[in-house]
Amino acid sequence: MNILVVLAVAAVFGVLRFRRASLLVWAGAWWVGLYLLLRFGFTVPIPSSVVTIYMGIVTLAIAAYVSSSDERRGEIAGPLVRFMTDKRYTASLGAAVIAIPALAAANVYVQMNVPLEPPLFSRTVHPASPAEITVGEKKVDLNAGENPFRHLETSNPDEFRGHVEKGRQVYYRNCVFCHGDNLAGNGMFVHGLDPIPTNFADPGTIAMLQETFLFWRIAKGGPGLPEEGGPWATAMPAWEKFLTEEEIWDVILFLYEFTGQRPRATEEVAEP
Amino acid sequence: MNVVMNRKLLALIGPVVVLVMFGGTVRMVSWLMSQEYRDAYRAPVATVDPTPRAEGLAAEKAEADSKAEATPYTEAEYRAFPVVGSRVAIWVVAQLHLLFAAFVLAVPIFAIIIEAIGYKTGDPRYDRLAHEFSKLLSVSFSLTATFGACLTFLLIILYPKFTNYLMSVFSPTFLPYVLLFFAEAFFLYTYYYGWGKFHPLVHLGLGLGLNVVGTAIMMIANSWTTFMMSPNGISSQGSLISLSDAIYNYTWMPINVHRFIANIAFGGSVAAAYAAFKFLQATTDEERAHYDWMGYIGNFVAISAFLPLPFAGYWLAKEIYAYSQTLGLTMMGGAFSWLFIIQAVLIGNLFLAANYYLWLGMGRVEGAQPFQRFVKYLLAAIVLCFIVWATPRSIIATVSEVRAMGGGAHPILGFLGVMSAKNTAVNILILTTFMSFLLYQRTGKIATVAWAKTGQIVQLAIFAAAAIIVIFLGIYGYFVEASVRIGLSVPQVGSVLVAMVAITIIDTFLFRAPKKTGEVRWGKMPAVSQYVLIFIAITFTWLMGLMGYVRSGLRQHWHVYGVIRDNSPDAFTPTLGFATQIVSVTVLVFFLLIGFVFWIASLHDRPDFARRTDVPSHTPLLGPDVHEAARTS
Repeated sequence: MNILVVLAVAAVFGVLRFRRASLLVWAGAWWVGLYLLLRFGFTVPIPSSVVTIYMGIVTLAIAAYVSSSDERRGEIAGPLVRFMTDKRYTASLGAAVIAIPALAAANVYVQMNVPLEPPLFSRTVHPASPAEITVGEKKVDLNAGENPFRHLETSNPDEFRGHVEKGRQVYYRNCVFCHGDNLAGNGMFVHGLDPIPTNFADPGTIAMLQETFLFWRIAKGGPGLPEEGGPWATAMPAWEKFLTEEEIWDVILFLYEFTGQRPRATEEVAEP
Repeated sequence: MNVVMNRKLLALIGPVVVLVMFGGTVRMVSWLMSQEYRDAYRAPVATVDPTPRAEGLAAEKAEADSKAEATPYTEAEYRAFPVVGSRVAIWVVAQLHLLFAAFVLAVPIFAIIIEAIGYKTGDPRYDRLAHEFSKLLSVSFSLTATFGACLTFLLIILYPKFTNYLMSVFSPTFLPYVLLFFAEAFFLYTYYYGWGKFHPLVHLGLGLGLNVVGTAIMMIANSWTTFMMSPNGISSQGSLISLSDAIYNYTWMPINVHRFIANIAFGGSVAAAYAAFKFLQATTDEERAHYDWMGYIGNFVAISAFLPLPFAGYWLAKEIYAYSQTLGLTMMGGAFSWLFIIQAVLIGNLFLAANYYLWLGMGRVEGAQPFQRFVKYLLAAIVLCFIVWATPRSIIATVSEVRAMGGGAHPILGFLGVMSAKNTAVNILILTTFMSFLLYQRTGKIATVAWAKTGQIVQLAIFAAAAIIVIFLGIYGYFVEASVRIGLSVPQVGSVLVAMVAITIIDTFLFRAPKKTGEVRWGKMPAVSQYVLIFIAITFTWLMGLMGYVRSGLRQHWHVYGVIRDNSPDAFTPTLGFATQIVSVTVLVFFLLIGFVFWIASLHDRPDFARRTDVPSHTPLLGPDVHEAARTS
């Protein structure tokens, strides 16, 4: 968080609270304050699409609050009506009439005056996998299948550690260049990739998936993505051409071990 | 006088215009005929017309005849619907059928509850209200049946092979379905037309029969649709092994429960919208008071049913995930995941609107000021939860924004995009809405029991404990694996439900004989409150259409998932924009039709038609005897 912005906004809210500002000023200040907080209050900026969603919610909420009782409606409408009808404010009203379209024009200018960027190609988080894939000559059931070495974790921990170690070697020989040496999707090739590789340390990635899903992604890579996942919109190769099936299962064990995450377990379904 | 003159003029001009149009048409057709290709005149010869055109036409005809003769009969797999295509046609008709069916199933549920309250309390207002709700039923029932018949015909015409397959699996369920439909018609019409004609208990029994039969019909139809999504009881080739397994497939019961609850919420909201419509049309204070109360009850029914709905939906989604990881991922992480953000925005708006209506409702009661100061804090909780719920996991961002974030997810907001955060948000939203309702209920009352203060402290403690449990489990969910995290939703929901029940029980005793500080002034509501009710109804309908599309669209290129493949030209997933447009058009058509239902229902209250007597006697348009009859009647 950008502490200075947060403190400044909090200070203004605090002053408004203790000075008992009018409802109109209060509503306006909260709207602007929250916008500043969302726009500049985060060290890693929030994308504008999300700020728009948030400000839409804030706008609705403030509108609901100021109109939720007779008194509040009066408090909001009173100053506005006075501003528009009282002769004292004629000059200010004139200025407002000019300022509103000017602000709209300025907004259009700012929106249009953006640096050139490649067009956005949004990707789905987890593209849907097929029910079954063929690797080499073997069919792998992605719904009911499981990592053939996972059971060793409890039945034979030494052998399990051996597979994890093999997976580590596979990872550092093949995957590290893009996915990084701490598996955070920040390898040395990242600056040349769009979209950037998956960050396995993020709890929203491999922890959400079963191991068969990872097997599919590694084996088939970018070319094997379905239409909705944007095939070719990733540099991930189809590793089935370079790794054996066992090596792929090993590297999957390593990904979970290194990041301390657990694969999504196959859910038990009550028999209907 | 002018009117009469105009009519005479029209009577004269009409035939002239018709004659001119007829003459014009004849001239035009003659001219077009004269433009047809003709051979130049030649002296007739003894042989048949040898022109290439005539020969060609004859050859074409002969070829077409022989081809038709040689073609064996084959069963069509698909047929095309003109202009919009088969999928859109089926989609719109099925959605309209479902919306009316939901309404027809829902209204009897709360009509019977309200009628029973009226019977128990002896308050005739409840009986009148229940009767008024049920007025909307008969026309809606006809429309449901009409759309159902349309859907059946369209399925047979456009998807004959698939329909045939579905019939071969489910044929034993069709006869009970039809018989139940007759029973539904019997109960519905005797319930409505028998209002006040039977002993109240007999009438309530008819209402109960209506509800039981309606629910049974829904469950049979649900078995067909859920079978398409999670087929069971068949071989890998699709042949039937066990009908009971096919009916009781993986998603059948979750859909039954989800639809049953959602129907009540939807029906309540549409009935509230009807009341709002009547409130806005009302000309007297008495009418306004009645329709304000009706809208309040309709909305109360809708929101009460709406509160447990996310949990039923969660169960359904869990079963879909458990049935097939691919289906689950397509739904929550793949092509359909953005629809869940739209869903979150709509549901967030519903919660906000429901609370807003309650806060506006405090204005009905004198002495509401003490509670108005809590509105700010309730609103803050709602906004926070709404924001958490609407935060996407995979954010739409420009390339520079993605690079700044270091990936598709924001380092802080990314945590709000996963299930733990969403579950926490929805539970707190429900608690907050419940709190708003509690405050509304207390407006204008002061508890007089000796233990009032202790009771309120206990209530507050229960509320705080539930909120703490929900938030704690939400945070804990980040540190455990997915299957454990999914399990955590049960204690989260449980603590919210227990808190709501416990607080309600304490409240009932706390306000047993309260001191009243002000009366409820029904009808003293600003017009904006009625638009909120209409907004809630439209949002519910839109949401049903949208999520119905998600459920059905998940199958992608399968008629029956994994068994019967869709080989039609429509076997692709449309873009989200196109899907939302179809849903929007369907919602619009539904509201036009429901407007028709409202209009028909309002005819009941209109005075009988009286012949106009101000028409001068020397213009006997209807004849003197008719006027006489009208005067004497």
